Parts: sequence; structure tokens; C-alpha cells
Amino acid sequence: MLPKIFFGYFAIAMVVLSLLIITRRNPVHSVLWMLVLFFHIAGLYLLLNAEFLAAVQVILYAGAILVLFLFVIMMLNLKEEISGERFEGAWPLGVSVSAIIFVLMLLTTGDFVHGPVGKYTIEVIKSETHAKALGKLLYTEYLFPFEIASLILLIAIVGAIVLAKRRS
Amino acid sequence: MNVFGMTVPAGFELATSIAIIIVKIAVIVAVTMLHVLYATYFERKVIGHMQVRLGPMRVGYHGILQPFADGIKLFFKEDVVPAEADKTVFKIAPIIPVFATLSAVAVIPFFDGFVIANINVGLLYLFAMSSLAAYGVIMAGWASNSKYSFLGGLRSSAQVISYEVPMGLSLVGVMLLSGSLNLTEIVKAQQQYWFGMYLIPQFLGYFVFMVSAFAETNRTPFDLPEAESELVAGYFVEYSGMRFAFYYAAEYIGMIVMSCVAVICFWGGWTLPPVLVDAVPALAAVPGIVWFLAKVYFHVFLYYWVRATVPRYRYDQLMSLGWKVLLPLALANIVVTSVVKFFAGS
Amino acid sequence: MNIPFPNLMPVAPEIIITVAASILLIFDLALRNKGPLAFLSLLAAGVTVYAIIQPASLGETFGGMFISDSYSVYFKLIFMVNLILTVLISLKYLQRQKAEYGEYYSLLLFATAGMMLMASAKDLIVLYLGLELMALSTYILAGIKRHDIKSNEAAMKYFLLGSFSSALLLYGISLLYGLTTTTDLYQIAAYLKQTGSSMPLLMSMTLIAVAFSFKIAAAPFHMWAPDVYEGAPTSVTAFMSVGPKAAGFAVIGRVFLMSAFQGMQADWTPILIGIAILTMAVGNIVALSQTNIKRMLAYSSIAHAGYALLGIIAGTEEGLHAMMTYLLIYAFMNIGAFAIVILLDKGDEIKDYEGLSKSRPLVAALMLVFMFSLTGIPPTAGFIGKFNIFMAAIKAGYTWLVVIAVIFSAISAYYYLRVVMNMYMKEMKQEAAIAPSPSLGLAILITVLMVFIIGIMPSVVIG
Repeated sequence: MLPKIFFGYFAIAMVVLSLLIITRRNPVHSVLWMLVLFFHIAGLYLLLNAEFLAAVQVILYAGAILVLFLFVIMMLNLKEEISGERFEGAWPLGVSVSAIIFVLMLLTTGDFVHGPVGKYTIEVIKSETHAKALGKLLYTEYLFPFEIASLILLIAIVGAIVLAKRRS
Repeated sequence: MNVFGMTVPAGFELATSIAIIIVKIAVIVAVTMLHVLYATYFERKVIGHMQVRLGPMRVGYHGILQPFADGIKLFFKEDVVPAEADKTVFKIAPIIPVFATLSAVAVIPFFDGFVIANINVGLLYLFAMSSLAAYGVIMAGWASNSKYSFLGGLRSSAQVISYEVPMGLSLVGVMLLSGSLNLTEIVKAQQQYWFGMYLIPQFLGYFVFMVSAFAETNRTPFDLPEAESELVAGYFVEYSGMRFAFYYAAEYIGMIVMSCVAVICFWGGWTLPPVLVDAVPALAAVPGIVWFLAKVYFHVFLYYWVRATVPRYRYDQLMSLGWKVLLPLALANIVVTSVVKFFAGS
Repeated sequence: MNIPFPNLMPVAPEIIITVAASILLIFDLALRNKGPLAFLSLLAAGVTVYAIIQPASLGETFGGMFISDSYSVYFKLIFMVNLILTVLISLKYLQRQKAEYGEYYSLLLFATAGMMLMASAKDLIVLYLGLELMALSTYILAGIKRHDIKSNEAAMKYFLLGSFSSALLLYGISLLYGLTTTTDLYQIAAYLKQTGSSMPLLMSMTLIAVAFSFKIAAAPFHMWAPDVYEGAPTSVTAFMSVGPKAAGFAVIGRVFLMSAFQGMQADWTPILIGIAILTMAVGNIVALSQTNIKRMLAYSSIAHAGYALLGIIAGTEEGLHAMMTYLLIYAFMNIGAFAIVILLDKGDEIKDYEGLSKSRPLVAALMLVFMFSLTGIPPTAGFIGKFNIFMAAIKAGYTWLVVIAVIFSAISAYYYLRVVMNMYMKEMKQEAAIAPSPSLGLAILITVLMVFIIGIMPSVVIG
């Protein structure tokens, strides 16, 4: 019962927060709401006993990436965008597309039958500790995707330098 | 369930354990805040004596009641909110760093078994909380609607983010050696050495960690966000009264937390080197909290010592130190540690 | 704990190309003139081709996350053709554009590595990561002329829509994972054969199809293509009109026909038929009104994605082969056409081609060949490609669809041949300047030869 209440709270709060993020006129406020949203995502991870992911979610997303977001937004000084109608013209279209997808999702959730339960249930993770279980999997079974992910990060660094380097 | 020798009646276990946690929290918060008060006092005293002055002398014997006088003054001062400020953000901003740093205290084991939350990812939790402190700074800088605050806020958050990377990596060596992220287990793992601390195998990590910790807490020689001579007082220039005190408190709690982490990860926490205990068995009778606090006080003293000794860095020097010196050092430390551990293990 | 060391033979081509890309990054620091980097990347491509065609490289590895089979080998060869031709056409072009960055070549290699991973993915995670590796590199490549506002716009649009499609893909994957609790494509197929179709499965299938449609620029998810193709440097346009498209088809073929959704053909065929018809219609009809040749080729590339989809829709072994052959042929003729655009000093607008046959008869003749091939006129390779794919679709019983495709193909003749008409029947306004270079000449030679060889002796690529 208790987990259900927690899940319900986190899920509803996340939806409400997402709406707040996209409806704020001031982008800085949007980012701050996003910070709160990230905490709720971390909370959901905790509910699954994924404590490592929860911590990393806060450290990386809330602590680093979002701060950089704030930087960019503050530096850009978005006053004109705030007052402009530029992003509001497509409202009706956006809302109707979202509504259609929402209805479709509602229709599908009823029929959802999840597959067989995997090896890593909450009990297994509890006994093995999350960080250990995750680490073992990443370096054995998921070694290959892990390596590709590191390549992607390399590309991201190269790209940032290539695109932002000063004219020499 | 058993509390202080008394049996808890059935049906009250949950309520009792919650009550115990609340009492623990209250005790720790009170003790921490008291430490903060006297940390300011000792800072002024220590620096005063290093500069051949006396420091505060008026309030009480050798100024011993000075922190209370300061606290009362700040408490009754007018809380000014600039007219053009983003009021909500301005008011929330100072709460965040205090909240974040105080929450970090929750996972610190002061002595064997005494910790509010003994969680498996304690070390990561500490990072998470210390990284959140940057929000207080950047939000204050932005919401004050003042150029000085804004520049201070940007500087500080850039600094904190940059130094978080080497700091996190400097502790990876500790994680590798202890095989755990749980702070209590990290302390216990250090007992396997005769010298009882990771300070010696992880001296590089310790060095990187300490330098980063100075930068994370915005202390001299990295106190650029508040560099008085250029930015007046940096991000909190517009704050006064209690909200100003919050920032001050957060800085000192941050210092204490960082010292605690250094003690836990590199100095063996509440334990003593086994070789010392073997030599003088009487030492084992002394409660662990004494050693823990002694080590923490030494680190806090180190902060003051450095402040009285070293001049402030220039901003570009600060950034290149973080990215070009500390980061490679921390990475090298990880490589060496894992190689040694791999070959020592097999 | 004892972990068995994975067998690296099947991933050898990918390893070679990523190592080469990293070495290029380091060499770039030391070199002022970036020419040697191009030769190094050609060398790397050569070694990779050698590694790809080794029979020892076939097999699965990394716990069945990666598979190297004849299907992936064929696609990897297409990517190599794409890579080699792109490097050849870029060499002098980048100098002219003042965008000669050493990172360009290593990004090309990284993007190619991503495509190869996509073609070989046997697991949804590897598939997604390969896709991101490819996409991220191409976003950067599109914006590599960083002081050119159109190039910036191209990179930005490509990035935003690309991430949007990635999000859809992830959403589809997460649904699929929830339904089957595995990410292995073949295990998913086996599991779905037992459970059969359901609403959430359809939803996931649609999301995945939409995401891949973004990558192959199929309508109605093609919006990014014209702007990106126009804004990006022409050599990059050539690269990404072939590579990511082929990679997208590789995963569509793998996921829809060979593994996960294999048993659900009746469910996904209508979705793909709709996309294919719309793609051919939009691509061919909008291309009619273009004045910029890069935009026209963008719409033409959209249309070609529509034809190639017929091979998947046919759902047969033959259809799959026809699709693969088609993409190889498309690589030659499309990069050939872009090579001519690069060869001309000023060749971005269709009216720049007026009277080209008088001032540069050879260039005009070559362009004529590529335009004929893109239209699908014998004896060029384009005809063979279309013929194969239409035959496969007819054999699978989609005669009506082929009729539609042929009609659109006839419409396409109008805009391809308009370029030819401009070259041969309009008066010359001014002497067209060209910027030849040995590498560009080699690229054009290879493409034109291949267009004719395949056109006359189709057996070299079929079978």
C-alpha cells in the first residue's frame, strides 16, 4: 500500500511539474521547476531500490547539467522570446497532437501485459546492493554498449570543441 | 525492540524508531549549528593571532560570547529585498545551501554506529548534496538583479561545477580500495592497514580532495565569488539579516562536512591506527567521537591556516588549476590505484 | 569472478575504424595541412574493408549483442563505399569552403562506425547507441562550417528533429521491453510469436517505425531533410544522404523483417505502405518546384527512400536483397551527382547549369549520366535498382503499389531531366568555372564507372 501511495504521489507530481515547466513564461523559472522534477525522478528510482541511479540523477542532472542550462539561459537574456508570440502560434496543433497521443496511450495501457519477470527483482538488488549489481552488469553483460556510450561522449566533446572554437 | 534498556510495547515500534531518528536529528543539528557559531569565532581568533592581533576580545572572556552577539544582531536586522528582484527566487535561494549542507550531515558516521541514515551510497549522497549548494549561489546571483551578484553567482557556480569533477574522481581511489560507497564501511576498511588510514596509499587523492574542497566551499585561496576588492561581496551582496546569515552558516557547515569527509575517507574516521592501539591499549577505551572531532578540528584549522597564508588566485588560474592539474592528477590516481589493486588481488 | 574475454573478431571492422578515428584526432593536433588525414582515413577504410570481407569475421559476440552476418557485411560495404567516396570529394572542397578541420575526417569515421554498429546490432541497446553515435557525428558534420549561418541552421534543425526521433525510438523500445522484458531482437521475436499482437505492441511498433522514418527521411517525417541538405556543406550532404539512410534501412530490415517484428508482418505492412506512398508523393511532387539543386536532390532522396521501402514491404528475401542492391546503387549515383555539384565553382542553383554542355561538355555529360541513373533510365544502374525492387514487390503481390511507384517515377523524370534540359538546350550565360582535383576526379570516375558497370552487368551486385 505504502509504495503505491508513494508512486502515485511521484507520478502525479511529475506530470504537474512537467506542465509547470512548459507553461512558465520565464525560462529561469522553468529550469527551477525542472530541478524539482529531477528530484521526483530520483525519488522514483529510490522506490525501485535503485539508490545508485537516484544519487547519480541528482549529481549529474540536477547538480551539473541543469546548472549549465541555467548558465546558458541567463547568458542569453531571453527577454524578447518571452514577450514574443513566436512559440505560441503552434499551440492548437501541439495540443491536438498531444491529445491524440494521450488517448492512444490510454487505449494501450489497458491491454498492457508485461513480460516475464527478470532476474533483478527488488529483493535481489537489496541483498546485493544496487551499485554492485549495476557495476557487475555494466562491465560484463553490457560491456559492449558501455564502450559505445563512451564513444558517444567522446564525439560530444569533439563536437563541442569543433563548433564552439574561436576563429583562428 | 529495546531503547535504553526499556522494552517498547508492541505496536509502537515504528513510532519509537521515528522518534529516535527525530531526536538524533535534533541533537546533530544543534551540535552542528553550535560548531558553526564557534567556527566563526575560532576563525577570527586564529587568523588574528597569526596576524599578531588579538581578534574579538570584548564580549565575554576573550570574546567567547561574540558569536552569540553576531547571531542576535543578524537575527534582528531588517531583511531587505531589492525592488527589482525576482522575489520568490530571491527568498528561496538562501535556504537551499543550508538545507543541502545540513542534509549532508545525515549520512556522516560520527562514531561506530552513530549515524542518522546508514545508506549504501553515502558518498554519492554527499556529492549530490554538495552539488546542490551551487543552486543557492546561482539563484541568488540571478534573482538579486544586480551585476555584482550576477557575476559572483556565475563565477561561483562555474567554480563549484569545475571542482566537483576532480573532487569526485579523487574519491574514486577510496571507493576502489574499500569496495564500498557506505561511509561506515569505508572507515572499517581502513583498519586493514597497520597505519589505519587511506592517507598514505591515497596521498594523491587526499591532496586533490583537499584542494577541491577549498574550492567547493568557496574558501580562500579560491574565494573568488565574493572577492571583496572586485565584486563587493559577490552573489550575496544584496542580502542582509537572516538570509545573509544563512549563506554564512552554509559556508561553515560546508567546511565542516568537507572536513568530515576527509576524515572519514582518508584519516580513518573515529578509529585510530591499529599499531597505535596495540602499543598503548588504553587508547581503545577513549570514545571514537573524540578522535573524530579532533581530526575534524584539525581540518577546520587547516582552512584558517591556509586563509591566513595564501593569497587569492586569479580566475583563469583557478580554472586551469582545476582542469589542467587536479583533474589529470585525480585520473592518474585512479589508474595507479586500480592497477595496484588488480595485481595485488591476483 | 571469472569473465570470459569476448571474441573480438566479429567487431574487428568497428574496432579498426574507431581506433583510426581516434588516431586521426591525435594527428590533427600535429598537422597544419589536413591533406594527409584524408589519405589516412582512406587507408583506414581500406583496412576496414579487408576486415569486413574476412570470413572469420562472421559470427556473434559480446553475449549475443552484436552479430556479423552476410546482411550486415553487405551494408558495411555500402557504408565503406559512402565513406571512401565522401573523403575523395571532400578533400579540395573543404579547402575551398575554408572549413578544413581535421576533426572532419574523424567524425566521418565515427559516423561510419555508428552505422556499422546499427547494421550489426542484435540488441536494441546497441542499436540505439549506434544510432546516436552516427547521428551525433552527422549533426556536427552538418554544422562544421561554423561561421556560415545556413550550416548552423542545418545542424540545429537536424539535431532538434533527430533528438525528437530518438525520444520516440526510446519510447517505443521501452514499451517493447516492458512487453517482453528482453532487448535481444531475436528473443523478442521468439517471445512475440507466442503472445501474438496487442495494442501496446502496435503502439511500440508505430513509434519505432516513425523514429526510423525520421532517419531515412520518409514522409511525413522528412521536414528536416531539405533544409539540412541545403545548409550542410555539399560533401556532408552527399555523405548523409546515403549513409544514415542506408543505416536506417539496415535496422528497419533487421527489426521488422528479420527479427523482432518478423511475425507481425500483417500489422506493420499497412503502416509502411502508407509511409511509402506518402514519401514517394511528397518527394517527387515537391521536387518539381525546387530551384536549388541541393534541395531538389534532398527531395529526390526522400523519394528514393519511398522506392526502397517497397523492398521491405514485399516482405520476402528477394525484396530485402533488392532493397540492399538499391541502396548500393543509390550510393554511387547520388554521390556522383553531388560530386558534380562540388566540381562546379558555382553549382548550387539549377539555373547555374544553363548551357553547361557548351562550356564544359564532359561535366555536362557526366551529370547527364547521373540524372538518367537517378531517373532510372537504362542502361544505367538506377534502372537495375528500380527494376529489381519493383519485380520483388510484384512477386509479393503488390502490383498496385508498383503501379503507383512507376507513376511517381515518371513524374520524377520531369525534374531530373530539367537539369539535363538546362545543360543542353538553354543558352550559355557565362562560362562555368570548375575546380577539379585528382581526388574528386577519381571519385567521379569510380561512380560513373559503377553506374555503367552495374547498369550493363547487374550480376556484379546481385547475389
